[in-house]
Amino acid sequence: MAAISLKINGRVHTVEADPQTPLLYVLSDELRLRGPKFGCGLAQCGACGILLQGKVTRSCVTPVSAVKDQEIITLEGLGTPEQPHALQQAFIDEGAAQCGFCLSGVILTAKALLDEAPKASDEQIRDSFSNVLCRCFAHTRMMRAIKRYQAGLQ
Amino acid sequence: MKSVKSELSRRDFLKTSGALVVSFSAVSMIGPLSVAQGPFDTHPSHVDPEKLDSWLAIAADGSVTAYTGKCDLGQGMYTAQTQLVAEELCVPLDRVKLIQCDTAITPDQGTTSGSQSSPTNFNTRNLAQAAATAREALIAMASAKLAMPADQLRVEDGVVSASDVGTKPGKRVSYGELIGGKHFDITVNANAKRRSTSEWRILGKPVPSMDRVALMTGTFEFVHNVHVPGMVHGRVVRPPDPTATLAHVDHDSVKEIPGVIEVVVRKSFVGVVAEKQWQAAQAAEKLKVTWKPGPKLPPQKVFSDYIRRQPSRDTMLVNSKDVDEKLKAAAKVLHATYFYPYQAHGSIGSSCAVADVQADHATIWSPTQSVYPTQHGISALTGLPLEKVHVIFVRGSGCYGLNAADTVSYDAALLSQAVRRPVRVQLTRKDEFTSENYGSSCVIEQRVAIDTNGAITAWDCESWSASFGGRPGYDTPGNVITGRLAGFEPETVKPRPASEPSEELSNGSNIVPSYLAGCVNGKCAGAGSIRSERVLSRAVSSPFFTGPLRSPLRLQNTFAHECFMDEIAASVKVDPVAYRLQHLTEKRIIDVLKAAAKAADWQARPSPRPQNSRTGTVSGRGVACVAYEGDNGYAALVAEIEVNLASGIVQPRRFVIANDSGPISNPDGLRNQMEGGVLQGMSRALAEEITWDEHHVTSVDWASYNNLPLGIEVPVVECVLLDRPSFEATGAGETAITLAAAAIGNAVFDATGVRIRQAPFTAERIKAALNERTAA
Repeated sequence: MAAISLKINGRVHTVEADPQTPLLYVLSDELRLRGPKFGCGLAQCGACGILLQGKVTRSCVTPVSAVKDQEIITLEGLGTPEQPHALQQAFIDEGAAQCGFCLSGVILTAKALLDEAPKASDEQIRDSFSNVLCRCFAHTRMMRAIKRYQAGLQ
Repeated sequence: MKSVKSELSRRDFLKTSGALVVSFSAVSMIGPLSVAQGPFDTHPSHVDPEKLDSWLAIAADGSVTAYTGKCDLGQGMYTAQTQLVAEELCVPLDRVKLIQCDTAITPDQGTTSGSQSSPTNFNTRNLAQAAATAREALIAMASAKLAMPADQLRVEDGVVSASDVGTKPGKRVSYGELIGGKHFDITVNANAKRRSTSEWRILGKPVPSMDRVALMTGTFEFVHNVHVPGMVHGRVVRPPDPTATLAHVDHDSVKEIPGVIEVVVRKSFVGVVAEKQWQAAQAAEKLKVTWKPGPKLPPQKVFSDYIRRQPSRDTMLVNSKDVDEKLKAAAKVLHATYFYPYQAHGSIGSSCAVADVQADHATIWSPTQSVYPTQHGISALTGLPLEKVHVIFVRGSGCYGLNAADTVSYDAALLSQAVRRPVRVQLTRKDEFTSENYGSSCVIEQRVAIDTNGAITAWDCESWSASFGGRPGYDTPGNVITGRLAGFEPETVKPRPASEPSEELSNGSNIVPSYLAGCVNGKCAGAGSIRSERVLSRAVSSPFFTGPLRSPLRLQNTFAHECFMDEIAASVKVDPVAYRLQHLTEKRIIDVLKAAAKAADWQARPSPRPQNSRTGTVSGRGVACVAYEGDNGYAALVAEIEVNLASGIVQPRRFVIANDSGPISNPDGLRNQMEGGVLQGMSRALAEEITWDEHHVTSVDWASYNNLPLGIEVPVVECVLLDRPSFEATGAGETAITLAAAAIGNAVFDATGVRIRQAPFTAERIKAALNERTAA
């Protein structure tokens, strides 16, 4: 066990954890964050997605010790129910979910991509979602929400 | 939509809600609300469904609390049921709080499944009827209080006032003033009048899903987020093959791992409990367990033949007894056999549950579709009296049927009982894939007789479906893996020859093709015109657990029927839509078929498409339609696809889906179901298949079980909603998915002239069929 300092959603937390603990377990069990979720534990689906220094990262396979003092943003850190981020608002406006379990991966993948490439082509968007899964297949609405947000960036 | 976090906060919530007036009576006698004892319907329990107070409470401030046994699994039932209650009571949406599926306080409505939530709660029984009863009762109370006849009163925003407010300004009274915090103390009135669709102000409107802001901002509480004071973490250790039994557990193998509280063994059930989730995960990984393997699995390559050789439990659904004769006399006979593989629910979140089992009571936070049946199962597993087991639904990842939600609830209960502390169990992805109840694998063999005019004169259909276990219901916890490992017997197929059909046809599993008249003893309940008909269904034993997966058997059977219908139309060189219409009689399926064809701008001509080349990329269109479960929703789908002849890859470009589910409660929610249903159906048609070797399931993660990702070229999905206010509400969550494989398969034939009779239509399979065509 070691004391590890984490910067999450603009706040600094110190947690006692085995350094090898997957970051996801610390976020959900110790810090009670609801955004990142356990989907597969294998970095295959995206449900555990977070932004680490602005890059979308799978917290289920990232040891907590590897991210100390780096900037972590989770889905609930992107915006709030009162003031959602424009990308979250686009998903709200399009009703782009069914069960909603996959949304951390979906929204944060789009955020990281469009931060870096606001004019990303459809092909680039597809590429970045090639290993993000939504089992309810809300694909149509999700892609519409991403395009809506992207249009607002121009 | 905040769900309860712990026993403590649940009690606090109820205390502060100010209107805890649910009746806790003894089990009621069988009455009008409880005649149908099906697994989806309302059952008598300590929450008496005959009493209005079991469904609704109105607080002094006029706020409404409604109690339902049908829960939101991501399909939109929270929003739609809130609309229903607000509509019937004439109050704004935000004044209604819905409590879903909690064995302490909601009526027992069995399982939220089977496309039965709308039929059960949106017609003239249960929740809808309770709300209508409450409105009429409140108007009657207002009539007495205001000394005015009821027919001169109206309700708006929960206030009853004189219809002619101008002349009687003082005549008004609110719901809160009339009943606030008190019991109604009346029974649900079967004659209470529901508001007509023409009066609807909240139902029928595209109300956005009420959970959307919480979901998009990561604040929604899933069962995975439930924390209970003192909670520790459990993992299970499943057997490597489906029928293995436990030989030995080496408890010492995990004693070096810090935080391990206990290795739990119960017959063949094995699990570990540790302080932290990571410790539990490591312990489950390292625990040395020796299993006694079960018998070898039948080779997957020849599984379709294997199924057909098994002893079967047979049911004859229709038999006009002239089919053989008609086949002999036919101008032409067509014969084809279709195969559908096992598929997984594949919930995106591996299942999770939290249990707190103490010496004399238990609380389970569960993503189950069936809180009351799960209460029974956990009572059996723990030995606690039924009334001491409290199951609270908290939404999990979308389930699409019997995923591992029930089994993980059992896991949590067994582990918590062993350590006497609250335990959260998170299944791994492999646990989820290897121990869920798969959608059944089926073989469907059909023959038709065709006359000299090209019309079908007889249809013979024989189908085999593999079955083992299933929903645990109220008394069979062995139907899911944890129950079986803990020593409970699953339901197995008991072979039996078919007897002749004697009761009116009920086509609940869509075993009977839509084009048959479905006549039994002179009563014809089918959707079609073909009167020479024989349909035999055979259930055989499955080597894997099976259970309902979105459109169970309905999808598999419809795939075979609708592709075969397409083969017949092609063989007589008639347009597939026109040929279907020629053999259908039920207006509602005819209407959806016509509506889909019209919206898709369907060009009438026989398949395959004549001008398609033998190289490059070719395109085609296909159609399919269904009377879901015979009469529980109607849909038709047109698929437009491309096939790359070099690679064999099928790329759908456009889907047009027409749907009739009776009066539409929420058009936005319905569209969401249709869009998702078509695309999930596309994934199942093109990519998904459970695989295995001699002893093990080998599709254990997202690399080995192929679910089409978000990064595909998403085809356009166009929805045509047929609103049918004069009919009863039917299911709507399973109609679209039922048709995808058939419509895509028919489009592949249209594009290539190649008929694929086995799902999924992988590139390899298409390529092999194309090569065969070239060789021929």
